[in-house]
Amino acid sequence: MAPIQVQTSVQTAGTHFFDEMSDATGEVRDHYDGYVGWFDGMPAERMARKRQEADALFHRSGITFAVYGDEAGAERLIPFDVIPRIIPAEEWLKLAAGLRQRVKALNAFLHDIYHEQEILKAGRIPAEQVISNAQYRPEMQGVDVPKDIYAAIAGVDIVRAGAGEFYVLEDNLRVPSGVSYMIENRKMMMRLFPELFAKNRVAPVEHYPDLLLDTLRAVAPKGVPDPTVVVLTPGSFNSAYFEHAFLAQQMGVELVEGPDLFVRDEQVFMRTTQGPQRVDVIYRRIDDDYLDPLAFRPDSMLGVPGLLSAYRAGNVTLSNAIGTGVADDKSIYPYVGEMVRFYLGEEPLLNNVPTYMLRKPEDLAYTLDHLPELVVKEVHGAGGYGMLVGPASTTTEIEEFRKRILASPDKYIAQPTLSLSTCPTFVDAGIAPRHIDLRPFVLSGDEVRFVPGGLTRVALKEGSLVVNSSQGGGTKDTWVMES
Amino acid sequence: MLSRTADHLYWMARYIERAENLARILDVNNRMLLLPQSEREVERLWRETLDSIGLLDAYHGTRDKIVPAEAVHFMALDRSNPGSIYSCLRAARENAHAVRGTLTAELWETINTTWLKLREYSIERMGADELDAFFEWVKLRSHQSRGVSFATMMRDEANCFLRLGTFIERADNTARILDVKYNFINEAPRRDDASEYYQWSALLHSVSAFEIYRKVYRDQITPSRVAELLVLRNDMPRSLAHCTMEMSHFLAEVANQRSSETQRRVGELAASLRYGRIEDVLETGLHNYLTRFITRINDIGDRIATDFLMPVAA
Repeated sequence: MAPIQVQTSVQTAGTHFFDEMSDATGEVRDHYDGYVGWFDGMPAERMARKRQEADALFHRSGITFAVYGDEAGAERLIPFDVIPRIIPAEEWLKLAAGLRQRVKALNAFLHDIYHEQEILKAGRIPAEQVISNAQYRPEMQGVDVPKDIYAAIAGVDIVRAGAGEFYVLEDNLRVPSGVSYMIENRKMMMRLFPELFAKNRVAPVEHYPDLLLDTLRAVAPKGVPDPTVVVLTPGSFNSAYFEHAFLAQQMGVELVEGPDLFVRDEQVFMRTTQGPQRVDVIYRRIDDDYLDPLAFRPDSMLGVPGLLSAYRAGNVTLSNAIGTGVADDKSIYPYVGEMVRFYLGEEPLLNNVPTYMLRKPEDLAYTLDHLPELVVKEVHGAGGYGMLVGPASTTTEIEEFRKRILASPDKYIAQPTLSLSTCPTFVDAGIAPRHIDLRPFVLSGDEVRFVPGGLTRVALKEGSLVVNSSQGGGTKDTWVMES
Repeated sequence: MLSRTADHLYWMARYIERAENLARILDVNNRMLLLPQSEREVERLWRETLDSIGLLDAYHGTRDKIVPAEAVHFMALDRSNPGSIYSCLRAARENAHAVRGTLTAELWETINTTWLKLREYSIERMGADELDAFFEWVKLRSHQSRGVSFATMMRDEANCFLRLGTFIERADNTARILDVKYNFINEAPRRDDASEYYQWSALLHSVSAFEIYRKVYRDQITPSRVAELLVLRNDMPRSLAHCTMEMSHFLAEVANQRSSETQRRVGELAASLRYGRIEDVLETGLHNYLTRFITRINDIGDRIATDFLMPVAA
């Protein structure tokens, strides 16, 4: 078999980048007119002052990313850029339809592989890719979850390569994070520049916690009239702790740690000052492996002994479900288009990035020949670690990586280096284009819902394509313009 | 409310109150030292102070002699001393961080800002006047946290556990301050009246009771009235009587099936203070009385922990 073909419309790095604000001739795009008009009338020193103010406010309110051990003050701020990323209404509508379709198909896939496995029987996805995947959980086989919703909360990473040309980089179906920054960024922008929001019709995002609570209550075990929802966090030293506390507070539910919960008669309770209280839905921000020391990692101090048994008995809902990782794994990613066709009978609205599976000899051979052009990722990697960006790497780095690939090819996939779109961003030297992506948060309960936009991440280093906050990425407010 | 949340709130309030009272103790020592006294007296003051808050052994762990400047540093900003103002405010902040979702944004930001600012202070760079300003600042930040909490927190269980923490810590701390200073002044070599007046007024100032004393007694300062004011006056907000009355009130608000014996003990203690007479207190000896009081407060603290804060057995 020949290597899969690369879509010719995919622009590769080194050529012209699509800029969100201006076209190739430098002309400001229509949907940025309002903003640029305002910006041009803004004195530079006022802007500088506003940027300092933003830093001070984020610091004071402790909206931070990582907590380092004992020295509780040493938390890091995620750099916030005051120039918004703006998406026109009609573009968002198309994206939204694609996201809705994609997440429906992913949930259908999860239900199928943990029940009849029709898609494997039909030969549309190689069975061994699913069954021998480390993220596939045999404990979930035959377990029914409320409304067949496995991933109630999905964070789908999307990049743009050209006009109207969006690609899904990955589907995060386990514990996607970042939504609190989406909301805090908006609050910050409104506080710094209230006049902007009076003039521009920006779609609101602050009601996300309401939608989330609604979604979580919708997936409660059957027959519970007024379900008690909690957020389960690994604790205050977790890097996303701010978000856990933020969401619990905004939803008005308890933020619990493993030891706050216990299981009796296959039911989950929390320990309160007034005695045990029944828990129906757990929005868990802990990985599968740590959920229940009796079923998974016995050394986990974060989980709740017996939780899996209560879950399997249908007495408590875990959101997201156990075992969703098998659907967002990089080795399954190339088949999402097939899922859309198989379960929904539709053509996928969102593009996948063409992907070489290095476990296939022909893909491996192609990749090894083209390393300087490609991005190579670990199948189970995350957070921007363990990847090679060919065009941005030295010959030595490429040769180092080649050895790692050859040692275990099945651990890697490769993709063409997409030229991510750019957006003007404040940097030390002034304002310069920087590459961005977008993570919309898709909620599935009685229906699929989301707030317009999502979290825009920006790679602050010149030329860098890696937007992860652990790798020096920042964030921007994301505006979807109301038509 | 989650037991763990209640625990964090309760200890957050205790540590803020403790930091404030440490600042008060250090402040009164500094004032007392403005009077001419022998080196032995100065050493005795610091030794008894350290002893009263249970830090004498820790202090001697690394040092032989008691040097005032070192003692101040040890109690104020020494990061390795878990009982210092620095460590208390850090613990308060860590507890707040763990339940920040339960606090109002204003309250969390007040506590976080205190912590961020505290890390900029250094005793080595402080002169005597700046030390005064530092203790004032600690008190002020404590007042601010309490004020913000009072003005913004819902009157629910969370509020009750915050107040419980504040008042049990204050009861303990007032008893300790009174004990050590009362003893120190009474045992000091007799000097003139002016000097004694100055010592008593420094003690009253340290617990914000100087003006109250004037208003209540309209007379000269005597040891037994000082004791009466700080032990038995219900309307004196830092007195033992007032603190135990508040404890009893907030405990009743959060009562559960396990807590009746704890409520009884607090009620009994509060009543004995409310209806007690200073003559009887002084007859058993103030030191003995306060020692017993602190033991009873510790017992109540243990009981609050088992009734509400410790996870119940599954």
